[in-house]
Amino acid sequence: MPDANSLYGPLDPAPDAGWVQAGPRMGFFTDTSVCIGCKACEVACKEWNGVPDSGFDLLGMSYDNTGALTANSWRHVAFIEQPRPAGHRTPPFAGTPTGGPVSATSAAVAAGSADPSGTDPGVPPDAADAAARMAAGGTPAEGTAATGANGAATGTRFLGMPGAQPPGRGTGAKERTDFRWLMMSDVCKHCTHAACLDVCPTGALFRTEFGTVVVQEDICNGCGYCISACPYGVIDQRRGDGRAWKCTLCYDRLGAGMTPACAQACPTESIQYGPLDELRERAARRVAQLHGRGVPEARLYGHDPTDGVGGDGAFFLLLDEPEVYGLPPDPVVTTRDLPKMWKRAGWAAVAMAAAAVAAFVGGQS
Amino acid sequence: MAEAHPVGFQWVMEAKRRGAKVFHVDPRFTRTSAVADTYLPIRAGTDIALLGGVVNHILENELDFREYVLSYTNAATIVSERFVDAEDGDGFFSGFDPETGSYVQDSWQYAGHESDSGSGHTAQERDSAAGLRHESHGAQVHGETLRDETLQHPRCVYQILKRHFARYTPEMVERVCGIPREKFLELARAWTENSGRERTGCLIYSVGWTQHSVGVQYIRTGAIIQLLLGNMGRPGGGILALRGHASIQGSTDIPTLFNLLPGYLPMPHHADHPTFDAWVDSIRHPGQKGFWGNARAFGASLLKAYWGDAATPENDFCYGHLPRLTGDHGTYQQVLNMIDGKVKGYFLLGQNPAVGSAHGRAQRLGMANLDWLVVRDLFMIESATFWQNGPEVATGEIVPEQCRTEVFFLPAASYVEKEGTFTQTQRLVQWREKAVDPPGDARSELWFFYHLGRRLREKLAGSDQPRDRALLDLAWDYPTHGPHAEPSAEAVLREINGYDVTTGRLLSSFAEAKDDGSTAIGCWIYSGVYADGVNQAARRRSRHEQDWVAAEWGWAWPANRRILYNRASADPQGRPWSERKRYVWWDPDAGEWTGYDVPDFERTKPPTYRPPKGAAGPEGIAGDDAFVMQGDGKGWLYAPSGVLDGPLPTHFEPAESPMRNPLYGQQANPTRKVYAHPVNSVNPSPPQEHSQVFPYVFTVSRLTEHHTAGAMSRTVRPLAELQPEMFVEVSPELAAEAGLTHLGWAHLISGRAVIEAKVLVTDRLTPLRVDGRVIHQLWLPYHFGFEGLVTGDSANDLFGITLDPNVLIQESKIGTCDVRPGRRPTGPALRDLVADYQRRAGIIPGRTPPMVTVRRPAGQADEGPGEHADA
Repeated sequence: MPDANSLYGPLDPAPDAGWVQAGPRMGFFTDTSVCIGCKACEVACKEWNGVPDSGFDLLGMSYDNTGALTANSWRHVAFIEQPRPAGHRTPPFAGTPTGGPVSATSAAVAAGSADPSGTDPGVPPDAADAAARMAAGGTPAEGTAATGANGAATGTRFLGMPGAQPPGRGTGAKERTDFRWLMMSDVCKHCTHAACLDVCPTGALFRTEFGTVVVQEDICNGCGYCISACPYGVIDQRRGDGRAWKCTLCYDRLGAGMTPACAQACPTESIQYGPLDELRERAARRVAQLHGRGVPEARLYGHDPTDGVGGDGAFFLLLDEPEVYGLPPDPVVTTRDLPKMWKRAGWAAVAMAAAAVAAFVGGQS
Repeated sequence: MAEAHPVGFQWVMEAKRRGAKVFHVDPRFTRTSAVADTYLPIRAGTDIALLGGVVNHILENELDFREYVLSYTNAATIVSERFVDAEDGDGFFSGFDPETGSYVQDSWQYAGHESDSGSGHTAQERDSAAGLRHESHGAQVHGETLRDETLQHPRCVYQILKRHFARYTPEMVERVCGIPREKFLELARAWTENSGRERTGCLIYSVGWTQHSVGVQYIRTGAIIQLLLGNMGRPGGGILALRGHASIQGSTDIPTLFNLLPGYLPMPHHADHPTFDAWVDSIRHPGQKGFWGNARAFGASLLKAYWGDAATPENDFCYGHLPRLTGDHGTYQQVLNMIDGKVKGYFLLGQNPAVGSAHGRAQRLGMANLDWLVVRDLFMIESATFWQNGPEVATGEIVPEQCRTEVFFLPAASYVEKEGTFTQTQRLVQWREKAVDPPGDARSELWFFYHLGRRLREKLAGSDQPRDRALLDLAWDYPTHGPHAEPSAEAVLREINGYDVTTGRLLSSFAEAKDDGSTAIGCWIYSGVYADGVNQAARRRSRHEQDWVAAEWGWAWPANRRILYNRASADPQGRPWSERKRYVWWDPDAGEWTGYDVPDFERTKPPTYRPPKGAAGPEGIAGDDAFVMQGDGKGWLYAPSGVLDGPLPTHFEPAESPMRNPLYGQQANPTRKVYAHPVNSVNPSPPQEHSQVFPYVFTVSRLTEHHTAGAMSRTVRPLAELQPEMFVEVSPELAAEAGLTHLGWAHLISGRAVIEAKVLVTDRLTPLRVDGRVIHQLWLPYHFGFEGLVTGDSANDLFGITLDPNVLIQESKIGTCDVRPGRRPTGPALRDLVADYQRRAGIIPGRTPPMVTVRRPAGQADEGPGEHADA
């Protein structure tokens, strides 16, 4: 159960924030199993919210060229190439003269080339090993399958010669046959316990009547506390502007009874918007359906009200471990331990004061 | 489809949610493959071998929908004994004329029709892309045919088909396409098991399929499969083309093509159609069955719409004012003519050939040699700035100070800034409203052409020159509104619909068209779009308020019919094939055809009707002739006419290929359109020497993030950032072989150009084992050019000019190249590198490669021209 100041545990955030006539909590369910990576969500978000571009850089991280959720990217589609089975009835490259897979090494090269995104955690720039692990799907042996000229494994470093053996002459063991391409549209999670909001000293961040978390751009002073507080690395400071920006779940559209721009634009209903309770039921059914169809790896992420952030207002159906998508596996609201910390600090202060008093008293004797 | 048509792909995902299995065939693993149930990598340019394999699978195992095939296709029809199949001619059908590189079709005809059907010699048809006119009706063939209902006659279409595709076995598919046979069988089984009485399957292709030297035959092969499986004219069946832009269907219905008039009426040829009567007879083919018999009324009504009061029966409705074809006026011939100084001025609207057309350098050099060029576009595109910023300026081939072309750039209104219609692939015409006024000087096309015509007519007023009559006699009186005198788009749509010229009453269907000048119709197939004086295209009744056919959403030509040939959705006796696939059927009590859709059949003609001997026109169509626009009322498994490169699809290698054709001595389509021009060249393919100079196959297509030549996406920040640089995708194996590194540079060289790109080394591409060799394929997006927020070299620069003979579409989805690490040279050194490759490959610009690569085509007594090479 949440304690009196509601810094963790399940609760309905809008009434908790003082809204007396709040409607049902609204949110996103992003079903990555039907995402086709079209990025319509990214474009619709930028068009509606007037978000500036993230720079024109070819990142080489598969088809991801915006890199991460940042102040200038409020929806971000991750693309993960992996030499792993994906429910294709026959492995995609079965019978073709392939050598070893290159997904992990290409991802590692791409990670090394990215500019700092200002976002942490997630996959930081230069985290080549992390990127390689993502692409390898958590199996380091596959991830390091780059082979040198002599065919021996040489680690994750991409040498530009991933299957130096003449194609088709591999032993079979190192040939890639399976492949999958995961796509996932990431967004601010609109946590039940939003650390960004808790630490905001100006009140720029607030909880809306829909249970979402919004930054008021005319109040934010750019202190940046929220950025280090976010357990997902979502909220971010805009360079040359200084203020913090993130997804508003289209607060202005919600007020007018409209669907958020990204969900409206999504052609495959990968992004679904609605009352959170309803979305959670729908998501549970979808997971059961996928399990029934032989996709046992399907799982929900951020749906559980008892997790470290009290459940997310925007939750996901994933097809692999969260780390593969650059998501923290077990996020905890960074303010959860604040009461305890303040209590400890209080006791420490009292102890210090007592010691000081004792010292003076002792000195007199 | 997820890459190029993500919005349409939502329905594939919806079907997948309901349990459908999705197969994806593509040279590279795309966003579609990512969500498909089975992905089949294929060697680009081998689709006929793959689909021919499916045909063979159907026939070999007798999986065809026999009752449908017997009644509704020409399977039982007997073909002339003079016909020789390509299987017996090493790739040639009978009737090849090596002089012109085209076929004489007499021997392809049905038995007994050798002299009175078909078009005979087809060289001229190729120059006028005559195949296009068959979009609304079949080719000329006499209605009365010899049939063998047992399908046993050796010369019946069924047996010919069986023999023709007998060698297209799973083993051959593997050998030609690089698709393992187990995977091929997985596809063939799924397709056949999901067709028949209870189930139907739909074939959807995108326009990349047409951009091959055998593009029409790709689609023909798909049509043969769909006919054999009973998937035409039935709900959930059909063949649909996903178009590359909004309303490309509309721009062939009311064409922006040199060889067609609205409603697929052919543009008259100066030699063949000297008079109105000669023109009309060439369309309606007296004696032929079917609905094309009313061509005279459609032609007269069109001319009446053009020239109004001036058009009278006495002057053949001003037929003399119509321009005439004198040969090939297609876009590629035009460009070569520009280079040769034969073209003075050029209008470019909604097109960016400097980036989007094959052989970009030829496009730019051509446009640099005009008196004037008018470009109307939303953005300052490459085709407007090539004289200043194009790659030829860097190489010194275009000197801006000396470039003689005067370029006029006129800003255009976008689709949200003007009203009008879109026609999509289902022929559904949908009206759209204007959302906002266009900014500044931007204007609609309608405004531009109306006022251009108005001003030209003002300048010519009072002229007594006969050549000016065509302009001065035009009915050019559209109402205008607003501060810029914008013409009324609805008035134009009313004219397209057609009206009675005396009363002004809007027609309700093309059946009301008259050949006496009493009706004017802008496009006869659209007649009814303004029936009852109501803009039917603007209808927006919710699908929840009507049945699933949704006949009150928009309007489909012809006659608001949503599925063509839907008579085939009922069995020969007029009963639905199955309850599940019930669509249109015969109601014996009411004595009429009824159903969910508008029946594509005479409403009261019973299934038992048999035409009297010698009947022509609609009267000649029997009660079970479902394909009413075909001359014999049947769907054509075998095309005795209309297709210029053969009555049956045959696998040919692309014009540029590293492979010898494994099936025939004839390497590539012998009738493909080639241009022997100094700017043009073709990389050598076997059996020519030096094909190893260009050892790799490259293919180009779209990214979701960009639109065609990039003018509408590389200029828009939220799109430009998503794919910000030109890149090339290579497999890890090719990267190792060519020394390419991820995110490093590479340059690609063809006989035409050198371009550079960043490298993406990805597991999504794979080499293929083809006929014992390993073939590497590279993939490039074709969106990049030198203007916009993000720029890069243009992939289309790599292509030469080789066209499909039927419709003159360029082969711009496949070519051969070399790839090297690092950036390309700049300045004159760039052309030196191309010249060096040309020298090594033995390319002599302006000389076409040998078209015939066998010793002796079937039916030929002698050797033909002297460029034969050994097989």
